[in-house]
Amino acid sequence: MGDHRARPGRLKRIAHSVGLKLIRDPAGAVVRFLERGAPGRLLLRLIRSLVRWFRSVRWRSWSFVAPALLLIGFFLVYPTVVTIARSFFGRGIDLFGPNVEFVGLTNWKYVFTSPIMLTALRNNALWAVLFTGCTVGFGLVLAVMLDRVKYEKFVKSIIFIPAAISGVGVAVIWKFVYAFRPAHIDQIGILNAIVVALGGQPVGWLLERPWVNNILLIVVGIWMWTGFCMVILSAAYKNIPKPLLEAARIDGANEWRVFRNIILPLLAPTAAVVATTMVVQVLKIFDIIYVMTNGNFDTEVIANRMYKEAFLFNNYGRSSAIAVVLLILVVPFMIMNIRRFAKQEGGR
Amino acid sequence: MRKLLISLLVLALVGVAAFAQKVVNVMHGWPGAQAPAFQMIVDAFEAENPDIDVVVEIVGRDRPTILATKLAGGNPPDLTPHPWIGTMRQWADQGVIVDLTDLVDTSEINPALVPIGEYKGGLYGLFIFPNVKSLIWYNPKQFAANGYEIPNTWYELLALSEQILADGGAPFSIGIESGPASGWPGTDWIEDIVLRTAGAEVYDKWVNHEIPWTDPRIKLAFETFGSLFDKGYVLGGPIGALTTNFGDAADPLFLDPPAAFMHHQATFIQGFFNDHFDGLVAGEDYDIFPLPTITPKATPDGSIPLLVSGDVVTVFNKRPEVIKFAQFLTSETAANIWSSELGELSAHVNADPEDFESPITRKAQEMLLNATVSRYDGSDLMPGEIGTGAFWSGVLDYISGIDLDTVLAAIEAAAQDAY
Repeated sequence: MGDHRARPGRLKRIAHSVGLKLIRDPAGAVVRFLERGAPGRLLLRLIRSLVRWFRSVRWRSWSFVAPALLLIGFFLVYPTVVTIARSFFGRGIDLFGPNVEFVGLTNWKYVFTSPIMLTALRNNALWAVLFTGCTVGFGLVLAVMLDRVKYEKFVKSIIFIPAAISGVGVAVIWKFVYAFRPAHIDQIGILNAIVVALGGQPVGWLLERPWVNNILLIVVGIWMWTGFCMVILSAAYKNIPKPLLEAARIDGANEWRVFRNIILPLLAPTAAVVATTMVVQVLKIFDIIYVMTNGNFDTEVIANRMYKEAFLFNNYGRSSAIAVVLLILVVPFMIMNIRRFAKQEGGR
Repeated sequence: MRKLLISLLVLALVGVAAFAQKVVNVMHGWPGAQAPAFQMIVDAFEAENPDIDVVVEIVGRDRPTILATKLAGGNPPDLTPHPWIGTMRQWADQGVIVDLTDLVDTSEINPALVPIGEYKGGLYGLFIFPNVKSLIWYNPKQFAANGYEIPNTWYELLALSEQILADGGAPFSIGIESGPASGWPGTDWIEDIVLRTAGAEVYDKWVNHEIPWTDPRIKLAFETFGSLFDKGYVLGGPIGALTTNFGDAADPLFLDPPAAFMHHQATFIQGFFNDHFDGLVAGEDYDIFPLPTITPKATPDGSIPLLVSGDVVTVFNKRPEVIKFAQFLTSETAANIWSSELGELSAHVNADPEDFESPITRKAQEMLLNATVSRYDGSDLMPGEIGTGAFWSGVLDYISGIDLDTVLAAIEAAAQDAY
């Protein structure tokens, strides 16, 4: 009988002591329990490293960064990921909606083989070279030359004005400049008015494919953005210590050598930042083309094609593929720009 | 106690709901003179139904984009008049628009126009705001002064053109520039010519891509259109046509001396030139004749085929008040406001050409009523890539001098993708 009673008593005592341990030192109890077996020890090690990581994290710093990270994640990272995924699917707008079957590389094949996309890629390349070269080149020349002009601020303001007009406004203005009227009707476009006044036949400027019309469109872009480049380069030029230039002149350097060997190297970092900004600008060029030719007559560009595929043709798969191409093309220039910028800031 | 409170709450909610106005959201794309006329229709409807508030949103530009975005966001308008039959069919396939078959009584709509809104046995568009396209505009005073007569056949039209050319004038003014929509006036020419050289059956097959774009009959239509340029009949030649805005293209008819004598465009164009010139009188300063038939074989009964366009009403939500408004749009009251205010054509079954004040509207309405063969604007029936893409740019490319076989092969390649 005694045994019979003792057994529950002992169990009670064990339970009691385990319970006490659990109450007095719960973590220790759990740890000791886990240490008994290999999987437990592994789990324990994992928990410990997690705790160590958790303690090492600077939660206060992160709490400041978190809102920005959330916003970027939601408005930038998420759409980017979905767009990339979207480029492998069919035409429907909603990835989980109707008409959206997996199509593999079909959209990508279109992007790199269809005649219209090849034209667009070629035109964007042409834009990137001519537009960037001219805006930065003219901007640099103007910045240095206008420094010696009496009414510098006034002239610079005039040149900067186009940058303040919306792209659509600029396009409408230049559409008038290039306007065509048949020979026996009064010309309303200044370019053809000049041609006719000089005894020529009016020209359909925007129809002269593939070089004249594309170059004339690029001229519009140059007109619009040269002022912007000039203002930034001018600011950098004014930062060059004047004694440096004077010293060179006293040493007998002519103006060209001063420009070539002193001004240019000192302006190079700024010019690079401006140039990469212009390249990014040109890769996403849309408004001028959309308003002036809508990509007809071999003037198509990537962004206009993307717009058409999405919003006119409702082919979101194809449009997404074009968007990703645009992204891939822009990214290296963005990185270059940010690096340059950081270097410049760090140097100050 | 609690039961009483709940029942009071329910009663209150029901009361609020009963007194709250029911709203119908309408989006349309008529920024011009049509907007006040449509508002008058809305006012007439609201006067009859004081419990319904019709909210009108006017989207003049980029309406397809805005509508597509609203639709993707699950927030389309309740009802919209639009000309995109091809897109409407895609919507019907996606199930985002309402089949009106058993909801709206179409007995008041001209029976010839009802099928245009039908698709796969359902009724998805009410063709209420028609427009006739196959018209040649001319200046009767100038025709009389030069002794020109209205041509009844294509060959008479060509003979007249030769005569005008010999007299030192330009027979046609063509303008196919239209900003981002450039090309569409050229597609109207091609469509009209296909109806006249190949016939309505071929037209239907072409629009549905049952025959390829490289088909000789389609090629012939392009060539027929191109021959107007080759023969020097077009003011300013290809460049003139490519750079002239469609809205300005009829203006040369009213210059003194006229720079051109004929212009192919739908009924709406009178709004443009009346805007540009003061005091023009319909029937005296400007008049219309239908683009004549070309190949007798294509139109065996001898009647002139008619190309029509215009807006069909599509419904996105089938709440009773929306259906009620759609039904009202088919009524004689609405049709009368529309045609008396605008001089626009009427789709009403009782529309009598004699009721119209303008001789232009009267003639166009007669054509609409009498046409044995009428077809909707093909480019609006095709998928977007073609109807608003490859076909537009194809016409532009062809006129600007690109080889026709290349152009047609390019459209065909796009069509293979799109259908």
